[in-house]
Amino acid sequence: MDLMQLLGIGKATFSHGVHPPEYKKGTGSSKIRRLSFSPEMILPLAQHFGAPSLPVVHEGQEVVRGEVLAEADGFMSVPLHSPATGVIRKIGLMPTARGPKTESIVLKLHAGVSQEVLYGAPQNIADMTPEALIDAVRNTGMVGLGGASFPTHAKMRIPEDQRVDTVLVNGCECEPYLTTDHRVMMEYSMDLLTGIEVAMKATGAARAIIGIEDNKPDAIEALLKACPADGNVTVGVMKTKYPQGAEKMMIKALLNREVPSGDYPAAVGVSVYNVATLTQLGALLPQCQGLIERVVTITGPGIKKPGNYLVALGTPLRFVLENLGFHGDADHLIMGGPMMGASVASLDVPITKGISGILVLTDEAKSKQTPRKVWPCIRCAYCVRACPVHLNPSELGMLAAKRQYQTMEEKFNLNDCFECGCCTYVCPSAIPLVQYFRIAKAINRENRERVA
Amino acid sequence: MTDKQAIVQLRVAPHLRHAPSVDQIMRNVVYALLPICAFAIYQFGLSALALILVTTLACTSTEQLFCKLSGKPTTVNDFSAVITGLLLALTLPPGFPLWMAAVAGFIGIALTKVMFGGIGFNVFNPALVGRAFVQAAFPVAITTWTPAFAPDRFSEFIPSSLTLPFMVPEPITDWIKGIPVDGFSGATPLALQKFGEGNQDHVTTDNLDLFLGMTSGSAGETSALLILLCGAYLALRQMMDWRIPTAMLSGAFITAGCFYLFDPQAYPAPLFTLLSGGMMLGAVFMASDMIASPTTPAGVWVYGLLIGFLAVIIRLFGGLPEGVMYAILFGNAASPLIGAATQPRVYGTRRKKVPNR
Repeated sequence: MDLMQLLGIGKATFSHGVHPPEYKKGTGSSKIRRLSFSPEMILPLAQHFGAPSLPVVHEGQEVVRGEVLAEADGFMSVPLHSPATGVIRKIGLMPTARGPKTESIVLKLHAGVSQEVLYGAPQNIADMTPEALIDAVRNTGMVGLGGASFPTHAKMRIPEDQRVDTVLVNGCECEPYLTTDHRVMMEYSMDLLTGIEVAMKATGAARAIIGIEDNKPDAIEALLKACPADGNVTVGVMKTKYPQGAEKMMIKALLNREVPSGDYPAAVGVSVYNVATLTQLGALLPQCQGLIERVVTITGPGIKKPGNYLVALGTPLRFVLENLGFHGDADHLIMGGPMMGASVASLDVPITKGISGILVLTDEAKSKQTPRKVWPCIRCAYCVRACPVHLNPSELGMLAAKRQYQTMEEKFNLNDCFECGCCTYVCPSAIPLVQYFRIAKAINRENRERVA
Repeated sequence: MTDKQAIVQLRVAPHLRHAPSVDQIMRNVVYALLPICAFAIYQFGLSALALILVTTLACTSTEQLFCKLSGKPTTVNDFSAVITGLLLALTLPPGFPLWMAAVAGFIGIALTKVMFGGIGFNVFNPALVGRAFVQAAFPVAITTWTPAFAPDRFSEFIPSSLTLPFMVPEPITDWIKGIPVDGFSGATPLALQKFGEGNQDHVTTDNLDLFLGMTSGSAGETSALLILLCGAYLALRQMMDWRIPTAMLSGAFITAGCFYLFDPQAYPAPLFTLLSGGMMLGAVFMASDMIASPTTPAGVWVYGLLIGFLAVIIRLFGGLPEGVMYAILFGNAASPLIGAATQPRVYGTRRKKVPNR
């Protein structure tokens, strides 16, 4: 390592952002293990951004692992595959992590079945046209596994008037605690490269850059070795900083391009995919199989056996916790990372496609983070210097307190906020800024719908 | 967890919090001010100690009183009123009558802070408004300086300190003459520079003395070195924006430098400008007041440069030898405007939006 690298010069980054503690030590260095099958699986029909899937099975029907349970409803939708061999017990409303109950398929597993994936047939990716590839991607039921759950095939279809020259592969994993992407890059680098090839072919991009934060030197090394010699796929080392893995920040850091406000990355010739997404795609697409399991970081001070686990989609949270053991004072569960993840109200919610982590916090961990007294804004400008999109959260927060939601949107670019939580993380007055902004956006959206 | 499922915590992201809390920041500012207070007491003795205690007590009790009156929980424990008290004492002449100092503390907190809604809502720096009030009300007392390092300073008060409430202090010229300090008149370096002494025009004090604080002046404004060290502590802990003092001192240096180059006989050297009077204390602890300064990255530079420029202009062309106080108050007043005009360019947008609200 030369001096430039030691000083962090030459590593890609964006301006502003925060440096939360990483908490990645325990899980980042141990191999991915498989979690056993729960006797019952809950599969919500809306696990992706877009229209819910349409069930093609009925109650009491026997299904085999890998079989299609529900079909895509329109272009912005994906099919759903059976994560296990069993019988459909029920199709109806079940609780989900998002809050309200949603239409779900409940699957009862047959005990003592080998749980082999019987579906699928080999297909040759090299011979397929971009259109055929995009269709094939859609058939896998793939969505963004980083957390947004945006259907992957929809991202791959680039609008007629735009050209994509670069595929960015997001291996930043800037959220504290989470190490799924880290382990996936280490253990499935060949699948990842196949996935990258698919993404490049489908979007017509000539090159791909895998962006990895410098706190994962082993993953950087593994991928540098695995990258093909033609030089079309490279590794971009990035500074460890939150939210480095946000799409817009990554594009700025690696390519120095800015996605215009309100537009998609394709507008600046970029298409961004999470490493977990492309790895799964690289494993499933050549076999024509569907997405039925994913790697989840299950960690936090409240869990006895933390680690990265290959979990069948639909596994209830209660089963996960009982299998891995939890401490008696564990009382706060988060799905996703600690910066953007959501608290979970019920243990009966299932693991879905977009969940990359489960965090179990205890009283002790909480006492360090106790909900602090909220003070008035003292205009310290910590938030202004933390906001990665250069908003003025202090000003926005004062407007929110006065319910000036329209002004926030029109004059202070409220809609450019992607709710990373940096402002709230650094606020000495403990003002729940990002929550104010979520509320403001929701109210503006409702008002627009009412007018329309 | 099965039997505990009723008490699962629900909170909104982010679930991690960093940042020192408001009272921690304020407490650290108090820590940073304590060495300066200690030096003031060492330099001016009993009177400085009494002055610091009286202003701090006046500020905290005023805040407490108004919290009681408005039926709100007390806000004294956030330490911001203590900062106001300490800062106020440090800007006053060491022999300032104590009852006048109490009035300054009351006015500063009541008129500038409480009336506007307490911490976070003051438009101006409360300590400076308190000082501006007594500057207008008691112009003689606030320009009566006493020599530093008087031999009896730890055993007796400066006579003017103990003036009875609502009484005018006795002139202390005779008392000063009785102090065996070599060649000292009690005039501050700024006054010496501006008005001269005897038949000599523009007497300049040695820069090293100014830097170390071996001169007379307001209780806590004399030692530039100490103020810089204490400010560095705050800046390193990120509890003070180093850009503001940097910008203000640069503004003052550049402005003073231009005049000095124009006529070195008539105008003071830029280094003297930085080290004398309230420039250092004002830059490091007053102008950098978070609440009354702009929040935008470009705004703090404009704000600092403006204050530095104004302070020098007032010093050179105003009727008073010192202009830092009014310059900062003016900067405070301009800060919302500066903030509005310097909103940062948002990612993915071309043009800066200039809000007009």
